[in-house]
Amino acid sequence: MAIDIQPDRAEAPGGRGPGAPRPARAWWLRPAIHTGIIGAVLGYFLGHWLGNYIASGYTQVVNSGQNDFAIILGYVLGTVGWLAGLGVFNDLGRQIAGRPVHAAEEAQAASSGLARYFRYSLDHKVVGIQYLVGMIGYFLTGGLLAMAIRTELLSPSYHVFSSATYTAIVGEHGTMMMMMMSSIILGPLGNYLVPLMIGSKRMAFPRIEALSFWLTPAAYIVLLSGLMFGGFPFGWTGYAPLSVQATQGADAYAVAFGLMGLSLILLGFNLIVTIICYRAPGMRWSRIPIFVWAIMTTSFLMVLAAPVLVGAMYMLITDRTVQTAFFTDSLGGSSYLWQNLFWFFGHPEVYILALPGFGIVCEILPVFCRKPLFGYRVAAAGMVGVTLLSFFVWQHHLFDSGINPDMRPVFMLTTELISIPTGFIFLVGLGTFWKAKIRFTVPMLFALGFYFNFLIGGISGVFLSDVPADTTEHGTFFVMAHFHYTIMGGLIFAFMGGLYYWLPKIMGIRLNQTLGKIQFWTMFVFFNSTFLPLFAVGMAGQPRRVYTYARSLETLNDWVSISSFLLGVSILIFLANFVYSTVITRVREEGNPWRSRGLEWQVASPPPPGNFARVPVVLSGPYEYGVPDAPPVADLDPPLGVLSNADASVVAEGAEA
Amino acid sequence: MLIGARLENFRAGARWWLVSLPARVATLTVAFLAVVGGVIFVVAHYLLGGPPTVDFTAASSGQVNMTMQSDASSNPAVVPDHPTWVSYFIKSPATGAWVHTTLFQVPAHTRINVTILGYDGSTPVRNQVWGQVSGTIGDIARYGKIPVRTVNGWNGPFLIQHTFAIPSLNLSVPVEAGPATCTTGPCTNNAHSTTTFSFVTPAQPGAYRWQCFVPCGLSFLLGNGGPMQTIGYMTGNMQVVS
Amino acid sequence: MAATEAAVSADAQRREPNHGLRIFLIWLPVALAADLIIWFVWGPHMPPGDMSSSASGQQFDINVMAVMAAPVMAFILIYAGYALVVWRHREGDEEDGPPIHGNTRIAATWIGVTAALVLGLFVFGTVQLVVPAGAGSGEGNTPIWKPSGGTPLQVQVIGQQWRWTYRYPQFGGFESTSLVLPVGENVQFNVTSLDVIHSFWAYQLGVKADANPGINNVAYTKPEHTGQVQVRCAELCGLWHADMTTLGQVVSTSAFKAWAASSRVQLAALTRNLPPYALTYDPNSVAQLGKAFRQAGLSGAGGQYYGSQYPVQP
Repeated sequence: MAIDIQPDRAEAPGGRGPGAPRPARAWWLRPAIHTGIIGAVLGYFLGHWLGNYIASGYTQVVNSGQNDFAIILGYVLGTVGWLAGLGVFNDLGRQIAGRPVHAAEEAQAASSGLARYFRYSLDHKVVGIQYLVGMIGYFLTGGLLAMAIRTELLSPSYHVFSSATYTAIVGEHGTMMMMMMSSIILGPLGNYLVPLMIGSKRMAFPRIEALSFWLTPAAYIVLLSGLMFGGFPFGWTGYAPLSVQATQGADAYAVAFGLMGLSLILLGFNLIVTIICYRAPGMRWSRIPIFVWAIMTTSFLMVLAAPVLVGAMYMLITDRTVQTAFFTDSLGGSSYLWQNLFWFFGHPEVYILALPGFGIVCEILPVFCRKPLFGYRVAAAGMVGVTLLSFFVWQHHLFDSGINPDMRPVFMLTTELISIPTGFIFLVGLGTFWKAKIRFTVPMLFALGFYFNFLIGGISGVFLSDVPADTTEHGTFFVMAHFHYTIMGGLIFAFMGGLYYWLPKIMGIRLNQTLGKIQFWTMFVFFNSTFLPLFAVGMAGQPRRVYTYARSLETLNDWVSISSFLLGVSILIFLANFVYSTVITRVREEGNPWRSRGLEWQVASPPPPGNFARVPVVLSGPYEYGVPDAPPVADLDPPLGVLSNADASVVAEGAEA
Repeated sequence: MLIGARLENFRAGARWWLVSLPARVATLTVAFLAVVGGVIFVVAHYLLGGPPTVDFTAASSGQVNMTMQSDASSNPAVVPDHPTWVSYFIKSPATGAWVHTTLFQVPAHTRINVTILGYDGSTPVRNQVWGQVSGTIGDIARYGKIPVRTVNGWNGPFLIQHTFAIPSLNLSVPVEAGPATCTTGPCTNNAHSTTTFSFVTPAQPGAYRWQCFVPCGLSFLLGNGGPMQTIGYMTGNMQVVS
Repeated sequence: MAATEAAVSADAQRREPNHGLRIFLIWLPVALAADLIIWFVWGPHMPPGDMSSSASGQQFDINVMAVMAAPVMAFILIYAGYALVVWRHREGDEEDGPPIHGNTRIAATWIGVTAALVLGLFVFGTVQLVVPAGAGSGEGNTPIWKPSGGTPLQVQVIGQQWRWTYRYPQFGGFESTSLVLPVGENVQFNVTSLDVIHSFWAYQLGVKADANPGINNVAYTKPEHTGQVQVRCAELCGLWHADMTTLGQVVSTSAFKAWAASSRVQLAALTRNLPPYALTYDPNSVAQLGKAFRQAGLSGAGGQYYGSQYPVQP
């Protein structure tokens, strides 16, 4: 053996046997958020000092009065310090040093208590809840920024914020939402539920999964810190050369987006490997829940598209610091390079946002229609089709940019074609409604809201895909209304539905259903009253990201702003419900309240550590409602040797750590 | 004894929801107030701040005299944020002191006589259109005593350092380059150029942005970043009040 | 006994209404009414209006797409509404619904219909893009869909932070902050930028072309009525993006000629200072840089805009 392991000897006085559990240290001595913060602060100051040491004499730094080197190095080393303080590199260090890695005992010791949620935990269920709380926090921050935007747009002549601050707020809102909400379903619900849904006791790469989460608070803090430097004036799309020209806030944007891109890659990679390799025996591709199909296709999008984003951000950083000229036309670069790189990521990004919503809705519908999902194969094919096609449509964001005119009919074709697989979701939904027995529970209400909103969002997308019509619609509030309908009306409604549906499983408590119905109706009504008029506002000539507009549009903008404040109130109702139900009242919800056939519902709520006592053998699909004499979805206590050539210990204990 | 037991529980990471209901409500309330406080702080400090507005509406003679100066860079004691940036200063009519701001307030439908003292050297304007004086009374400006209409900022005989332009009024005046640069603004004793012009404010009240059209943001890509895009330096707002 | 049961179940089957037919009968009048209202009532007022050839072309396109979209949306909403009313869960019924896993015929019909709609829209969109000389959108520097009938009026649109200027090469190359166009003539906009990406959007003309630094982006249109044109910037370009507006005019041909001639004279001194008309202007090699530039120490070798010690210099 190349690695020389010195096991503890049981015979030596004070020694422990090699398999004995380590003594638990006090909570403040084990790495957690507090050590992470210390590491982050130390790393930031180190990086900042290093940047000043290197670059403070450069002419560009002296004249411009800002040292981008120091800021970027500070952020990067701060993130490294944050991760190191959390203990992310500890196991890696141990393996490099040839020392034993005690992952199993750590997992056992960390199976209870609140403290594990503040640690670098290898339990996928803990990571799922960490993601959930994180994502809700990021969403609320983005929502506050949206309230600020609509406050400014109440009047075209009286300005609450200066033009610079308003543009910075718009950029922060957009970037916060687009960055963070990419993981809003895959992070919490994907990480938590996928192993349960496929019959696995664990994820393929727990450390990578936890790392993908702990990068998100770093990205969030870095992005918000941009506000301290005056923000960035180019929105979430970061078009160069404006982004090269901008002041310090742009560094926050580039680093935050790069970190989040890394998080997306890691998150997706882990999910793909888990879904492909960790399915229980009998969990054929035709039996995996449609939610898992959605997660898998979304993960492929993340893994394939996010690297392009990270590369583009890196090029932006080098353009801003070491004077490369990727995006400067007069020096041999091209402003089109940024646009193409960004949108090559940017378009799959919006499908990263849309597909998980499809998955949740397809999961909820059969349960509350008490019917199998209509056209399971069609639904799965639709998701795969969307994933494939989404890499071929990105230039529809550039129809008026001066791209080669020949390309525009090509991309119009691919964009029109992608609406075919996107439409499958409606076929599946409408088919599931046929002769069903529809129960209007809170999750079902959100799924129905999803369908209504996504219909409007999707149809408006067809209007945008038509190049002549896009000439008027591009860069206006029409586009804004379109993507808010598909992303907020689609993804966020589905997220809420999924939360109401799965929270009894995840936490073993139920959210208050009355508050849930109030939240749904207020959210639905005010969401539509906010965003439907924006189609008209855009067609009437108001461009995006403007702090002032034509006086004739003031009434419409006021209506939209007031509606958006009420929409914010409905989100607060959600927050109140969530906090009230999980912290204050904590009404226990055991078992399977929705009478779902899903495999995740066949174990206790919340699931025990290791999910299943033994790896189950899957006997049928999860949508066999109404099928007479349908076998149960899985045998949770399979006899050993049930599969010939199966290793009994594998079935009993699951795959080795 | 009871508190010791609770602490022991806490240290061992016991199930936190066994903590009593009033304790949970109290913790939640404190956390909520902390978050709200944080948000208010961020909004007030970072989002609503800005340079002061110099008020010229108290002028009683029916005309407003405004004096500004432009400097190559500023004294860090006076301008702690970005002292290396070029900047305008406005002289307060009440106190006579130089204020580091580009926001000023004037009455509607009034003649404004502007004097700009130029303490910066020349930077060529990128688009020579802005070398033409427009929107002023008589369509002229004066460099010292000499009237100018069209200035060639690349070849002279007059060179430009900045412009003062209010695009929505079609006002654009190139400011003559000073004979030397002063790097510790606001300056008083150094050699400088003097540009004077007059214009009439519109009847409609509101905010009218003004900016410089010379890309003078040194070390920003193509010169248009930094001070050119930051209120308080090379761009600002003229607030017209009725 | 068995006969009675069979009779009862046959009765029940006969009493099961034809849901598909009912949905169709509700949908048909709604879709027809919606289409008629959209085409005849709303259509003539649909943005962006009909002040130019590209605007009226876009108005027609949007009307056609709305007429196609309305029945689709109506179908889905009516079906869903019908389902939620007729097939909702009744109290006390704890049975599951019928185990319908799918229907190949329905799925194939759906896919076929949506594919036909979408491909039809593609063909329609391409025709509407190609035939009216690019439909007012920016075609880049090698446009392939041009209007017929000789050289159009050339208007160069120069975007800079944060104001539009317009240059008329056929009238001596004067550069003005006003946009004036003659009615009834083809216009070619050559859109470029001096610094960052802007977007020239003439709303009533239905023209939108991004202004990229160092690139010429060509868009065509033909104003057909006189009136005002709101020009806005449609690509976030920094602090005063929202204020980068021009109020342009479309006037009669004689008024335009008069304006062009008088502007040419008025701006003659300024025109002498401008660089010669070109399709793009490189900010880093400005012709006619003179001694004063070098005197001020701001010039590097070859008359560059900034000296070599400043960033982004070769």
